[in-house]
Amino acid sequence: MSLHQVSEIASGYEQLPKPRATFDNRFGERKKIYEVLEDRDTTIVLQDDPLESTMVLNMGPQHPATHGVLRVVLKLDGETVLSAVPELGYLHRAMEKLAENKTYHEFMPYTDRLDYMSPYSNNTALCLAVEKLGDIKVPPRAVYIRTIMCELARISSHLLWLGTMVMDTGAVSMFLWTFEEREHIYNMFDMLTGARFTISHCRVGGVASDFSSEMVNYMTGWLKEFKKRIPEWRMMLDRNRIFIERMEGIGVISKADALDLGLTGPNLRASGVAMDVRKDEPYLAYPELNFKVPIFENGDCYARYLVRMEEMEESVKLLEQALKKLPKGDVRTDNAKVSYPWKSEIYHSMEALIHDFMMTHEGIQMPKGEIYHAIEAPKGELGFYLQSDGSGYPWRLKIRSPSFCNLQALPHLVEGGMIADVVVSIGSLDPVMGEADK
Amino acid sequence: MSNQNPFGDGFVTTTLDALTNWARANSLWPMPMGLSCCAIEMMAMAGPKYDVSRFGSEVFRFSPRQSDLMIVAGTVTYKMAHVVKKIWDQMPEPKWCIAMGACSSTGGMFRSYPVLQGVDQIIPVDVYVPGCPPRPDAVIHALMEIQEKVKRERHSFQNALLSDTAYTKILQAEEKNTLVLQK
Amino acid sequence: MSISFDEFSAHFSNEIREKTTFRGETTFLINPLEIERVCIFLKSKLGFTYLTDICGADRFTPEDRFEVVYNLFNPESKFRLRLKVWVNEENPVVQTVTSVWQSANWYERETYDMYGVIFKGHPDLRRMYMTEDFEYFPLRKEYPLVGVAGSIPLPEIDPKANNREAAERYNRGETV
Repeated sequence: MSLHQVSEIASGYEQLPKPRATFDNRFGERKKIYEVLEDRDTTIVLQDDPLESTMVLNMGPQHPATHGVLRVVLKLDGETVLSAVPELGYLHRAMEKLAENKTYHEFMPYTDRLDYMSPYSNNTALCLAVEKLGDIKVPPRAVYIRTIMCELARISSHLLWLGTMVMDTGAVSMFLWTFEEREHIYNMFDMLTGARFTISHCRVGGVASDFSSEMVNYMTGWLKEFKKRIPEWRMMLDRNRIFIERMEGIGVISKADALDLGLTGPNLRASGVAMDVRKDEPYLAYPELNFKVPIFENGDCYARYLVRMEEMEESVKLLEQALKKLPKGDVRTDNAKVSYPWKSEIYHSMEALIHDFMMTHEGIQMPKGEIYHAIEAPKGELGFYLQSDGSGYPWRLKIRSPSFCNLQALPHLVEGGMIADVVVSIGSLDPVMGEADK
Repeated sequence: MSNQNPFGDGFVTTTLDALTNWARANSLWPMPMGLSCCAIEMMAMAGPKYDVSRFGSEVFRFSPRQSDLMIVAGTVTYKMAHVVKKIWDQMPEPKWCIAMGACSSTGGMFRSYPVLQGVDQIIPVDVYVPGCPPRPDAVIHALMEIQEKVKRERHSFQNALLSDTAYTKILQAEEKNTLVLQK
Repeated sequence: MSISFDEFSAHFSNEIREKTTFRGETTFLINPLEIERVCIFLKSKLGFTYLTDICGADRFTPEDRFEVVYNLFNPESKFRLRLKVWVNEENPVVQTVTSVWQSANWYERETYDMYGVIFKGHPDLRRMYMTEDFEYFPLRKEYPLVGVAGSIPLPEIDPKANNREAAERYNRGETV
């Protein structure tokens, strides 16, 4: 290539059209528009172009997409989110203060209202923590009943998440389908405990009542149907163009950031960190059951969706195995010092009546000490930190709630993105404010 | 057959109030004030099994301007009370309120420092629903109670047509006329 | 699996006040102003990259009244460790660990909100749950469960409200 040619190209390059609107002339044109629009009476003096400046948008606490009473204050530059500040506390109900004034059993109904999409997990978490503190053994049938109900609670929670999050992306029909399945799960809870979802069925040292054959039949029948549902839904969503456009590459968080910001549960596993309390520190019947923990690397909203869908499939497998292995025997430990006696006993035996009275009045006498016990709730690692002073009441009970930890990463997910993606990012984190605000 | 009028050429007599009440009662649009656990049961009420659209109330409006029934579902804290009141104020008259669940009725099991002991301290409540949370059937029953209440309302057509200021003007004019007559 | 804490104990022999073990869980009591250095060591040398929780507790003693509890987790060896610091009621200042783990931000804010423990060097020490003008620290043992009437003001009360008297009594700060 000769020098002449190069210079020709260079001069040609110079003649390429420059960007037409620089900041100055664009601003000038707009200013003229405003001058035309303004009438004589106005006293507005335009310091700068209002369309170029940032604005602050308040989202929540009463907003359909914030899943409860979360409030996010967003600073916007046009459609882009510059910064986001979550504000919590609109559902702060003083759970921890109430716990200090209740016996361990009395606090059980309050745990139902923590993560109200999967109450059984919360009950189990509290019971396991108290059992670890008191070194209480649980009969194997009760362990399996807890496992089965915890997995049902996981499915129920993920179903509600699926319905509402797909609704956030714009499809309403999924909500109706998932609620149909949820009603079946509620029916099962109803058969076992008599309540639809605030069930308080766990007890320290076992569970309140045994499975009925009617309920087991119902569950096996439902599982067969539900197994067909998940592929149907995945067929609709997995490769749906609109769904992928809304989800893929949105709200990305890397592996290192996810660990540093304290994400937990499915959100952490969607970023490629293999952390699941069911595998790390096996509790209940999980070491005896065969299941996988789905892990995805991308860390975006779509990965979080896939993790939860596969978790549901694993839960179905777990339920089938656990129902097959369900051992026979008692469902509550026979030690009257740590566990309530059966109601039928109370009517006939004086000792049982006294024990029942003492249990209600004074609570279980726990040794002095402090423990932390965590389980894998549907939202992530749900832990109870207990400090006991040797009485029937906890001296300090700290709830390590997964939604609180997940929400902390919200600014990291939405900053720099578009405002329409904030809704999807919140939905994919799956926060429950009852748990985050305690 | 289908294009024939089964009633023949006739007419029905009714009052405009009854007509207004009938229309209103069967299209109550709820503003779901979903605060905590009860919100899930409220969603179940809108879901396929309980299907509140049988009562004309399936249109959950998240904008208070478009709704006339507020379902306060869940624990109202002192911090949230300001928001609930602000949303209630934005709803146009006539409006009704259901306090769903023990928490919003009386504070329920949360007798603690941040929880408002009953939403009726700040806004008027028409129907209280017991339960923690109430089953969807109970909420539908509460909705039917509201419908009964709406149907019993008097002067609803007059109030709907006239704004407050016009209504007071008419009252004042009536007062003047009566005064004139007395003289 | 377990981790050997010999090196750790030797390195911080001045900072560690006490070591206890209960139900297989290890707890170290640390001096409050050295907690950041200890945490940096634990994160970089012993692999405690995940901060599970920070919480406060009220010991209700004349000295060293409040304690702040750090629950750490090692994702590789699946080991949990607990650190504790004790601070006075008059001067409840703890060094922040937000520079070590970002997730400490909200946990420390919550502890401040509930107990009034001040974290030195925290980037954004506001209240987490309660309103900004709330004067008390509710999880301290002397604070009543039912709260102090009038401490969080109610909005303007609707004249048609069914239970207006109760709300007005609350706003006046009267207890029943």
